[in-house]
Amino acid sequence: MQANADLNNNTPAPRKSKKRKKKVNWTLTSVMMVLAIFAILGPLYITIVIALKDPSQMSNVLSLPKQIHWENFKNAWQMTNFPKMFLNTLFITVVNVIFTIFTNSMAAYVITRYRLKNKFFNMMYYYFISAMFIPFNVIMLPLVKEVSAFHMDNIIGITFLYIVFGLPQNIFLYSGFVKEIPTALEEAAEMDGAKPMQIFFKVIFPLMKPMHATVAILSFMWTWNDFLMPLVLLSNPDQQTLQLAQYVFQGQFSTQYNLAFASYVLVLLPVLIMYVFFQKYIIAGVTSGSVK
Amino acid sequence: MQETIKRKPKRKGKKIPFAYYMMVVPIGILFFIFHTIPFLRGVFYSFTDWSGYGTWKFVGLKNYLYMFGNSNITHAYWFTFKFALFATILVNAIALAIAVGLNGKIKYQNFLKAIYFLPYMLGSLIVGFVFKFIFGNMLPSLGRALHWGFMSSNILGTTHAWVGILIMTIWQGLAFNTLIYLAGLQSVDPEIYEAAALDGVNPWQKFMRLTFPLIAPFFTINLVLSVKGYLMVFDQIMAMTNGGPGNSTTSISVEIYTQGFQGSQFAVQSANAVVLFIVVLTISLIQLRVLNKREERLG
Repeated sequence: MQANADLNNNTPAPRKSKKRKKKVNWTLTSVMMVLAIFAILGPLYITIVIALKDPSQMSNVLSLPKQIHWENFKNAWQMTNFPKMFLNTLFITVVNVIFTIFTNSMAAYVITRYRLKNKFFNMMYYYFISAMFIPFNVIMLPLVKEVSAFHMDNIIGITFLYIVFGLPQNIFLYSGFVKEIPTALEEAAEMDGAKPMQIFFKVIFPLMKPMHATVAILSFMWTWNDFLMPLVLLSNPDQQTLQLAQYVFQGQFSTQYNLAFASYVLVLLPVLIMYVFFQKYIIAGVTSGSVK
Repeated sequence: MQETIKRKPKRKGKKIPFAYYMMVVPIGILFFIFHTIPFLRGVFYSFTDWSGYGTWKFVGLKNYLYMFGNSNITHAYWFTFKFALFATILVNAIALAIAVGLNGKIKYQNFLKAIYFLPYMLGSLIVGFVFKFIFGNMLPSLGRALHWGFMSSNILGTTHAWVGILIMTIWQGLAFNTLIYLAGLQSVDPEIYEAAALDGVNPWQKFMRLTFPLIAPFFTINLVLSVKGYLMVFDQIMAMTNGGPGNSTTSISVEIYTQGFQGSQFAVQSANAVVLFIVVLTISLIQLRVLNKREERLG
């Protein structure tokens, strides 16, 4: 293998094609493949086959369904009030992503650009960064009191809180990115008489696109899968999310596993479909959100 | 104010336009109202006997002292620390091994990477429900069929329930950590290995002396995020055991939730939240310091 690598060294081809020519380690490939199929896809396979069966076919859980019971999905759909929960969750997720990108990037841009020139913005920077160390679990008891006093214990209220609570992490993410943008463009725009808002939205905002993608993905994943915030803040049955509904309906599903699993599949499906199509961007986005 | 007088076009002392303040201050105020004030109120309540409604009075450190004498709360800390320790070590060790495997000379690398990352996409509540079924129904019936005594009962109903939660947590936690380690491994320049190969080091030495120091920053990220995340463990416990059997799998977060909202311990659990905050903050800062120092030494 070493000789192989040395040989390739002599060719002036770029690194990518060099990788291609490497000898494939088939033992390792099979180990990784078997592990992926059994350990990772196994539980998903179980989830899907149970959702498609009826109780009489449950004696052998792992077998493929002899007869597919689509009505499980129909029943779970009605039982958990799926359309309402889905729209609630979709509303929270979409509105949060859009508002987070605009408001948080704006704040992060100003803070990053002016914190070395201005004490106030420098203070804001440290204020937000230190807030990253305060987990939600720490503030949830008093927050619930405050939220019900403001009558914000509903979908719109929680969406608003997601936008605000994302600030520390997003300022951290955007700030690392803004630092790399040269100031020349803004200075040129300023010379041409552009106003601050125009400079931000016309010049800077489009340049932040890769970080918008990361922030959008992380915000989406957070709100779609979050359980704790809806659990403590949303009590009205009409104002619940998909995740919370799964918890609330546990008692009603009781031992109707097929129905429960059909319901889980309904919740997982939108995310899985999205993953199939945008897998490359999601992986890149999550990586660049954690690693500089 | 004074800038209106000196209007010389000087770059350095230039006034920051009002519009820029408007881009930060309103959302900063909202953050203060909905994040900082609840935090400060929580600290405040922890020194009172407030039950969530009605009148209250200051009780000093009574809630904190009560916490250390309350076996439910001390057990929650013991369980959470044990869980966070095992989860952090196992998730990081296995994730690193998978990342090394994925970084090897394998085929279908991108496909496999996508599969291993998949669990990250799934909510831990639902993954918890699925594993609850696997431990509660599937494995026991398999164990009975095979006459394997240790597998014929539901692990989540025994004193080993925490192991079940740990397994589910590892299954899901691997996704993110593997991705970060893989990013680290792929950032290493292959020429370094070629130089090392000439010196005749074996693969293990190569990994410990070359690869590991080079991916140390990625190790730091993973470790800090893992510990912080696992000290907050909540969703999967609510899904799998609800803190039971008894209170054996009640984590600090579960304790704050159940006793603070449903019990009558609003003030005591406020104190608990403050202690949790101090614990998380201290551990994160120590980790960052120690790991950054080691990185410097290694680098």
